Amino acid sequence: MADKESNNCEVNREVRHLVSMANDIADNLGFRAEAGDNSAERIADHINRFWAPRMRALLLEYAAADGKDLSAALLSALEKLKT
Amino acid sequence: MSDIQQPLTQLRILDLGTPAPRDSAAQVSLEIDGQQVQVDAGTSVMRAAALLGINVPKLCATDSLDAFGSCRMCLVEIEGRKGMPASCTTPAEDGMVVNTQSGKLEKLRKNVLELYISDHPLDCVSCPSNGGCELQDVAADLGVEETRYGLQGLNHQQAAKDESNPYFTFDPSMCIVCYRCVRACDDIQGSFALTVDGRGFESKVSAGQMESFMDSECVSCGACVNSCPTAALEDKAVIEMGQPQKSTVTTCAYCGVGCAFEVETRANDQGADEVVRMTPYKDGRANEGHACVKGRFAFGYTSHKDRITKPMIRDSIDEAWREVSWGEAIAFTASRFRQIQSEYGRDSVGGITSSRCSNEETFLVQKLVRAGFGNNNVDTCARVCHSPTGYGLKTTLGESAGTQAFDSVDKADVVMLIGANPTEAHPVFGSRLKQRLREGAQLIVVDPRKTELVNGPHIRAAHHLQLLPGTNVAFLNAMAHVIISEGLADEDYVNQRCEIPSWEDWCDFIRLEENSPEHLQAVTGIPADELRAAARLFAGAGNAAIYYGLGVTEHSQGSTSVMGIANLAMATGNLGREGVGVNPLRGQNNVQGSCDMGSFPHELPGYRHISDANVRGLFENEWQVKLHEEPGLRIPNMFDAALGGVFKGLYCQGEDIAQSDPDTQHVEAALKSLQCLVVQDIFLNETARFAHVFLPGSTFLEKNGTFTNAERRISRVRKVMPSRSGKEDWEITMDLANALGYPMQYSHPSEIMDEIARLTPTFSGVNYAKLDRLGSIQWPCNEAAPEGTPTMHVDEFVRGKGYFAITGFVPTRERSTRKYPLLLTTGRVLSQYNVGAQTRRTGNVVWADQDLLEIHPVDAEDRGICTNDWVGIASRAGDTVLRAVVTDRVQPGVVYTTFHFPETGANIVTTENSDWATNCPEYKVTAVQATKVTRPSEWQKKNAAFNRRQKALLDKARV
Ligand code: SF4
Ligand code: SF4
Ligand code: SF4
Ligand code: FES
Repeated sequence: MADKESNNCEVNREVRHLVSMANDIADNLGFRAEAGDNSAERIADHINRFWAPRMRALLLEYAAADGKDLSAALLSALEKLKT
Repeated sequence: MSDIQQPLTQLRILDLGTPAPRDSAAQVSLEIDGQQVQVDAGTSVMRAAALLGINVPKLCATDSLDAFGSCRMCLVEIEGRKGMPASCTTPAEDGMVVNTQSGKLEKLRKNVLELYISDHPLDCVSCPSNGGCELQDVAADLGVEETRYGLQGLNHQQAAKDESNPYFTFDPSMCIVCYRCVRACDDIQGSFALTVDGRGFESKVSAGQMESFMDSECVSCGACVNSCPTAALEDKAVIEMGQPQKSTVTTCAYCGVGCAFEVETRANDQGADEVVRMTPYKDGRANEGHACVKGRFAFGYTSHKDRITKPMIRDSIDEAWREVSWGEAIAFTASRFRQIQSEYGRDSVGGITSSRCSNEETFLVQKLVRAGFGNNNVDTCARVCHSPTGYGLKTTLGESAGTQAFDSVDKADVVMLIGANPTEAHPVFGSRLKQRLREGAQLIVVDPRKTELVNGPHIRAAHHLQLLPGTNVAFLNAMAHVIISEGLADEDYVNQRCEIPSWEDWCDFIRLEENSPEHLQAVTGIPADELRAAARLFAGAGNAAIYYGLGVTEHSQGSTSVMGIANLAMATGNLGREGVGVNPLRGQNNVQGSCDMGSFPHELPGYRHISDANVRGLFENEWQVKLHEEPGLRIPNMFDAALGGVFKGLYCQGEDIAQSDPDTQHVEAALKSLQCLVVQDIFLNETARFAHVFLPGSTFLEKNGTFTNAERRISRVRKVMPSRSGKEDWEITMDLANALGYPMQYSHPSEIMDEIARLTPTFSGVNYAKLDRLGSIQWPCNEAAPEGTPTMHVDEFVRGKGYFAITGFVPTRERSTRKYPLLLTTGRVLSQYNVGAQTRRTGNVVWADQDLLEIHPVDAEDRGICTNDWVGIASRAGDTVLRAVVTDRVQPGVVYTTFHFPETGANIVTTENSDWATNCPEYKVTAVQATKVTRPSEWQKKNAAFNRRQKALLDKARV
């Protein structure tokens, strides 16, 4: 039982880590997000190119379930992530 | 094939007496002893003679140093000239007629020699240099055996030996005051540690102001020892073991300079070859005969008693290790991995390649992961140092590598050094840079800390921009702002070579007031007028070169900084020729190579994305297996996945992730959660404490292969002795693959290189025969460049047109707060290497035996901290304790330490923050508090207890 709990907490830690990684990517690539800017594509493309499928899935899962810690620039890119 | 497999046994290269003239345009012809010779103008008569095979006796001359003309041994006759000029200092001239042999010359030379010998012990037979002494050679050539002046004369023979350096002795009684050592220390090494006191017969060489070597400025590079013609400066190992008998050319296994060495060996009583000495190889293009204390002397770890040479296994990390046969260890590992994959899925295992292992070995591990494990969960320790370099340079220029050869710096007029400390971390390049600075090139140092190059012997940086840790991008943007807004850019170059829309976009961005030095000085801490002056100096130079290190990459915006650096170089037209460029200084010896070899989870060898079906097809065809098209997990994500319960098995080649990766407690928890951790290394490293299988690897002396240094130079590593564990590292990986059912058959690493060449366009022209012939090759090496490519991007960028990436400054999350008011940054010391596993096991500990915390006097006083006090360092990740050094090398608000010693656990305080693009950890910025303490931290106590337990478990295996 105790084991199970610590595992859960680690899953959260993993998601937290992915959320902050994804926000960092969005902050850097969406730096000058303006109308007509393609930053959503660039953010999605970066995550698609560098993240393992499991990482993307966890991020999307989090976005669907809660998502409150995702930055606006990141949210704009989510629908372009490969599943 | 056989010629490749034999070690190349070298004869010592002939010493031509004086160096080749630099940049000589004209040729002159002259006659020497009746033979005609044509040489470059500026060549000395001595060198011209030597090129003809005529050996003029010499003592003070050697071709690694400019001629000095003090010994008068090399006199010659020149027709039409009075007297007998010294051939080493006399330039050859057109039409000269030179005579090097005559009765008169011989008599004069004998007289001079006898004077030297009269002041020199004559017991050659018991002298350690016997057979390796130039004085002895000259005496033999001249037929002088005994001296008429006798042994009892006035001489220095009673002077005491200096044994203070752990690796060499200075015996003044043997010294003939030829000044070679002094010149080597000044001209080559640039440390100015040696002096000559007194005049004439009374003159005497000494370290510092009559100090011992250890107390002087000496950094133990060994240049003086190499240059000494007698036994006055001699390796202790030569004194103890005798003159070496055999020499094999190989490559240093320490840092990214990749110096070439001759490993000099001697057979011991049992007939086994032992290393006597490592001598820097004069023909090595990376170092041209120079070395540093690590490569030159610190090889004792290779035969250290802590080496583990038998495979070991255990079911859990609380059990004692069991020594087993290779067969059993491999079978155990394979069955564990198979079982894990069948239970938890194909993606539940992975591998980590080492940037200390060879290209061939790294290639094989990623092949095992991709083809054998069937996933792309492969990463490398280069992740934690230079992954942003790969990303940043690929994005802007099109290739993930530095643009120059090291000797390019000889043509630079202004050098900007960002977040790099080459005199400590890349010493041989540091010496080369210092030579160029002494010739008048200007230097801009961008570093939070005052490094040696800011103000060293005979060197002073034009600007030291002492920025706050974590503000590199702001600094680079401010530089660019000055260059663009003051019209200093090289527009012609940009128009020709770069992508114009990206340039215009970038200019619009960089011109914004938010990027002005005035606006940013509050962020970076760099006074705006100083930054403007530095930008003008940089942009106004004929050739401006940028060199950078981990102080650029190990940040949350490491990749952005690298792109900012490339932008600056493109905007000022400083790419594509010698003397300029963007030059990452790599940490470990094979960081470049391990990245080239496809160690990243998203990239196949040659930096080609795994999603590219054409490239994948090429590999699938060669490897006869279907490859997974999605990127795998990076190291930090492997740890997360391990703690998430879905990643269970890790094969770790020669990398100490428990010590070198940030946030140690998180890493340790992840390692503990694995069901099978396989560590392949030469020592039971920190990571191995969590391992179930230990596979003993080989040192660079015990295997064949290649390393690739920071200038893309591929050099051979040659086996000089059999592996102590019985297997070279590539053989272990091969056995494991075969046991897992993925067949691999290689009989020599050259076959692995052939496979790399077949699969990688930038390596297609590389093979061992060519490496033997050329000595080394800088990739790309292919049909277009059959002998390699010293300077990249010459006519166009690899990408085609250069791309200006927008480099917005996004401050790190890691900021000083009330609770953690100081910023901790990390670095290296000269004598130690990385996590120190090797150097800590050598005499190098006399220079540094612990990690120290540098703290500014103001911060120290606030906290009542004095030098040598124990100081507790706490961050939000953890805390540790180390000793303080109060110094103004750091600025107020910043503290600094190294991470060479595991007891310190410097990474216990670093956080999981990382570069946005590559997840290279943010080692260079951690918010901390420092307090005076009396006891070790909780972590250190727990760690010490765990160490004792693991040591006991090891001892059980070894009885
Ligand atoms: S070892 Fe190097 S630094 Fe020391 S005195 Fe000799 S040349 Fe100078
Ligand atoms: S120590 Fe050696 S190199 Fe130095 S002056 Fe004496 S003989 Fe020459
Ligand atoms: S500079 Fe680097 S490669 Fe050269 S000897 Fe020193 S550690 Fe080895
Ligand atoms: S070798 Fe020419 S003077 Fe010494």
